[in-house]
Amino acid sequence: MTTSNELTKPVSEARRVLNYLTGQLRQVGLFTALIVIVLFFQITTHGITLRPINVSNLVIQNSYILILAIGMVMVIIAGHIDLSVGSVVAFVGAMAGVMITEWHIAWPIAIVLCLILGALVGAWQGFWIAYFRIPAFIVTLAGMLVFRGAAQIALQNQQISPFPEAFRRLGSGFLPSFGTSGYEPLTLGLGVLASIVLIFGSLRQRWARHKYGLESEPLWWFILKLAFGAFLIIYIAFLLASYSGTPIVLVILGLLIVVYAAVMARSVFGRHVYAIGGNLHAAALSGVKTKRVTFLLFVNMGVISALAGLVFTAQLNLASPSAGSGFELDSIAAVFIGGAAVTGGIGTVTGAIIGGLIIGLLNNGMSILGVGTEYQSLIKGLVLLAAVAFDVYNKRRTGGR
Amino acid sequence: MTTNILEMQSITKTFPGVKALQNVSLGVKRGHIHAICGENGAGKSTLMKVLSGVYPAGSFDGQIVFEDARVDFKNINDSEAAGVVIIHQELALSPYLSIAENIFLGNEQQTNGWIDWNKTNLEASKLLARVGLKDNPITKITDIGVGKQQLVEIAKALSKRVKLLILDEPTAALNDEDSAHLLELIKQLQSQGITSIIISHKLNEIKAIADEVTIIRDGRTIETLDMHADEITEERIIKGMVGRELESRYPDHTPTIGEELLRVEHWNVFHPIDTSRQIVKDASISVRAGEIVGIAGLMGAGRTELAMSLFGKSYGVKISGKVFKRGVEIDTGTVSKAIQHGIAYATEDRKRYGLNLIDDITRNVSGSALGKLAGMFGFVDDHKEATVAGKYLKSLNIKAPSVDSITGKLSGGNQQKVVLSKWMYADPEVLILDEPTRGIDVGAKYEIYTIINRLADEGKGVIMISSELPELLGVCDRIYTLAEGRITADVPRSQATAEFLMQHMTREREKCTSDNV
Repeated sequence: MTTSNELTKPVSEARRVLNYLTGQLRQVGLFTALIVIVLFFQITTHGITLRPINVSNLVIQNSYILILAIGMVMVIIAGHIDLSVGSVVAFVGAMAGVMITEWHIAWPIAIVLCLILGALVGAWQGFWIAYFRIPAFIVTLAGMLVFRGAAQIALQNQQISPFPEAFRRLGSGFLPSFGTSGYEPLTLGLGVLASIVLIFGSLRQRWARHKYGLESEPLWWFILKLAFGAFLIIYIAFLLASYSGTPIVLVILGLLIVVYAAVMARSVFGRHVYAIGGNLHAAALSGVKTKRVTFLLFVNMGVISALAGLVFTAQLNLASPSAGSGFELDSIAAVFIGGAAVTGGIGTVTGAIIGGLIIGLLNNGMSILGVGTEYQSLIKGLVLLAAVAFDVYNKRRTGGR
Repeated sequence: MTTNILEMQSITKTFPGVKALQNVSLGVKRGHIHAICGENGAGKSTLMKVLSGVYPAGSFDGQIVFEDARVDFKNINDSEAAGVVIIHQELALSPYLSIAENIFLGNEQQTNGWIDWNKTNLEASKLLARVGLKDNPITKITDIGVGKQQLVEIAKALSKRVKLLILDEPTAALNDEDSAHLLELIKQLQSQGITSIIISHKLNEIKAIADEVTIIRDGRTIETLDMHADEITEERIIKGMVGRELESRYPDHTPTIGEELLRVEHWNVFHPIDTSRQIVKDASISVRAGEIVGIAGLMGAGRTELAMSLFGKSYGVKISGKVFKRGVEIDTGTVSKAIQHGIAYATEDRKRYGLNLIDDITRNVSGSALGKLAGMFGFVDDHKEATVAGKYLKSLNIKAPSVDSITGKLSGGNQQKVVLSKWMYADPEVLILDEPTRGIDVGAKYEIYTIINRLADEGKGVIMISSELPELLGVCDRIYTLAEGRITADVPRSQATAEFLMQHMTREREKCTSDNV
């Protein structure tokens, strides 16, 4: 057993490795769960899960949930919640449809206008939450109704379709292909590049920690993790390259993950978000402008919802008043499966992405197996409960508070 | 039947590492008002918790004899059944229930599980009449003031057929008029045969109503004085409260005092909810470079409120007054402005207001000065950050495995050092330290004092708030006393004695008001 008392005493080498791994159990467990689920479906679907076309579909069909999960994890780390994202997705999709097909605005301009619209939606909700001090649960519950209504009004309860080819590529297009047959070289190149960046970044980080005399993770663990990560990236690139290449939305998602992971881990703003979620009073008394940070968080969530709305609309080639229903629940579930705490202060962008992938895999795998939607919902609910129960159990076992 | 309704005999209560009570004995005469006096932390509240069963029989040594029979209270229900009712300083009323519902909470007037509302309200109004409250029993608690809430608590106690009423600092949160009314009521109850134990810091109140006073110091009973027999003065009580020997528990320090850094003039603050209650009254204080200034005051005197209202208006409403830094008026209206002007406030409640307990030492240390670590695009240099934290870990001797340790798992003394590191890294010119040694052991206290001295030697102005007089006398160069929101004295250390400070901390209302007219 590792208890808090032992942490203050010098510990033996073996104990330290053990302590280290127990500390990492949360991350390791999450990743292991993801792999177990992949293997499970790979076997039960007789290899369909990891077929190139399915991997490509998996990325494309879950992209908007993953995008939403990035914004949602930030909101949840700060101790809030956003129930309105599904409706905002519908509203922004509707407005994109109106702008492009009725007002004949060029699609790149429409995209920019939609993102600004998302920011305004976020500012509206952020105002009530941060400055008027209405709980986010209430404000976004109201927003859920308001923006669903707004979407229906904008579309006059009709659907809008089709969209220009160029706009649709945002959701379902691929990067230009260079190869004529076999493996697409650009995708392979990107995969190799990404893993090289990963390896160099990690080495630099480790070297810097060493230089500053800080304790790093054990070498064997570091190498194992790095090798696995690099292998995974190249393997996925390989699969994608043997189908149609890199989905454009994967590039968008990749950029978002890199940028927001850095923001949350290293920027002043990200630190303030963690500080607010960890102890609001202490943050305020440390000079953190808590209201402004909260406001900006919701503006950000609005922009991210708008982006998800654009991707979703482009992918379906359809603006529908009922679009995006249930997205809020999927993205919230992704965040909690990814290890965020309901009380705030704990969570990571990568955790939320892995959580989102687990949900996506369950959806995808069960659909291939022909499991009915009623059972899909039931199983997803149990997975969420199990993930959080594991978290709570794990904290209690390690003597956390 | 003996004359004593209560005999507490040789009570010893130990907490891990601390003897809170040592061989304390207390005899309370039937039908008397018995006061208990002592400094903060002397053990008064612990003794009352032992008596009322909050600490169950068996968790302490010694015995309690109530109404000539030995009693072993296992919990509050036991003690209340016997007629011992304690009213805590923080009122325990449910704000959105009515007066009547609160009075009978846990003791509902019922028939077969259904509440008899007529009986409830009728009985409640009878009880309210006894405490002199004319409000309708269906009024919600949130709609009446604190003074009346205190009376509802007493009515609730009466509903339990109280024989011995314990009041812990009953007037701490009340204004003058409500306090007077409450004291009058306690005397009235006495004439109805109810015995009271009253814990209070306000010696004038004790003089006014108590028959006996027992003085507790450092977990021991010092003496019991008969307020009628002898000619007992407030000075006599104070002497008993503070009369301990000053050991050399404080590092030597020769101050180098420079120019005036911060001056506050005519500072007034009102209670954020009860806006008619003035918490800080026309306070003026100053601190010079290299100077350690103490603020002595009893609980409820407005110490923390004064400090927090200065620090970005973090407490109170209707704040008025002026703040000058080096003679120039500054605006400290928000926390970030206060920090920009070089003011820091290290809280008395580090767990609630000071630390992010689920995060590590590094991020807590850098918390109020992240800007110093941020490069382009607002990204924090986390290696430099860890180096900074490592530096404080060493120089303040924080005992933790590494800077990655979670602050929630550290001991109180080490947590306090993390809080100090945070503000030292922000590099302020004036540091307000609120109870910097609360809840930490003697060894760690010495280290904290050393750090405070070091800060003063660096030319910073330090304002130290403390309820421990020896600590103030041992560390500060100059001490203000604060009584009921007013600065009542300003003395250099050379002229300060514990008796002098205590006298001014407990100064009577009339004196204060006449001084300031």
